[in-house]
Amino acid sequence: MPLELDAESASWLCRLTSAIPAERLAAERELHARLLRIALAEVRRRSSRTPVTGPELDDVAHQAAGDAMLAMLGKLAEFRGESRFTTWAYKFVILEVSSKLGRHYWRNPPVELDAAQWERLPDRLGLDPHQHAEAACILTEVRHVIESELTAHQRRIFIAIVVDGIPLNALADKLNLQRNAIYKVIFDTRRKIRRSLVAKGYLDEAGGG
Amino acid sequence: MSERDMLERFLQTDPRDVGCGQATAVLHIYVDLVAAGQDAPSRYPGVAAHLAACGPCGDDFAGLLAAVTSDEPDA
Repeated sequence: MPLELDAESASWLCRLTSAIPAERLAAERELHARLLRIALAEVRRRSSRTPVTGPELDDVAHQAAGDAMLAMLGKLAEFRGESRFTTWAYKFVILEVSSKLGRHYWRNPPVELDAAQWERLPDRLGLDPHQHAEAACILTEVRHVIESELTAHQRRIFIAIVVDGIPLNALADKLNLQRNAIYKVIFDTRRKIRRSLVAKGYLDEAGGG
Repeated sequence: MSERDMLERFLQTDPRDVGCGQATAVLHIYVDLVAAGQDAPSRYPGVAAHLAACGPCGDDFAGLLAAVTSDEPDA
């Protein structure tokens, strides 16, 4: 049993686990209404960055609220009172919205997977190879690292995210990977590229993390 | 911002960065601290580093914080 719950969190937990079906159902309905309100606000907050619009956006919110409710009820026993209960519950619906909107990217993607638009790399790195010879050398070195130090899987992820600009959540959905697996590839590749550019004298050792 | 600064920013990584999994696991705790006006980055520096660097996790943080503050009486 969680310790030192605030009164509101304790009340939610008590009602959602009540042995009286009517009390439990009333609490579930009340919480679902809250999750739906949060989901509707969240899809609108993200609306400028998704191709989903109008009633379809509301559908995503309804699905997210329903799925979050089921997932959250299945994990009630894991709530340890480290936050307010509602904050813990709302996290489920925020993550559902995030995941569902990522999935919708592929219905009409502006860029397909494996497009490998290398011409966009200079912009991504903030370099203009036409202005400085050194920028062209840096770009050559970056491509060398990508092609020689990454596995095919890592290269595919880096190109999709950095070169082609595919949203991380959308790529995670497409490749059926955890978000963290993709983030780690990008994180490690940044370090590899930086190390290589330092070794070649293009960057100072002190600048990186 | 110079080209070199932009490149440095792109290549910047924070060794304290805990990654998406750990950040998501404590996101509700972190958000409650922020909503309460407490110094969440000091208590969870690795989470703060991650939220600053990871767009999707930063977006989840912003969404959860907005959700929580919309519940406040004067929201």
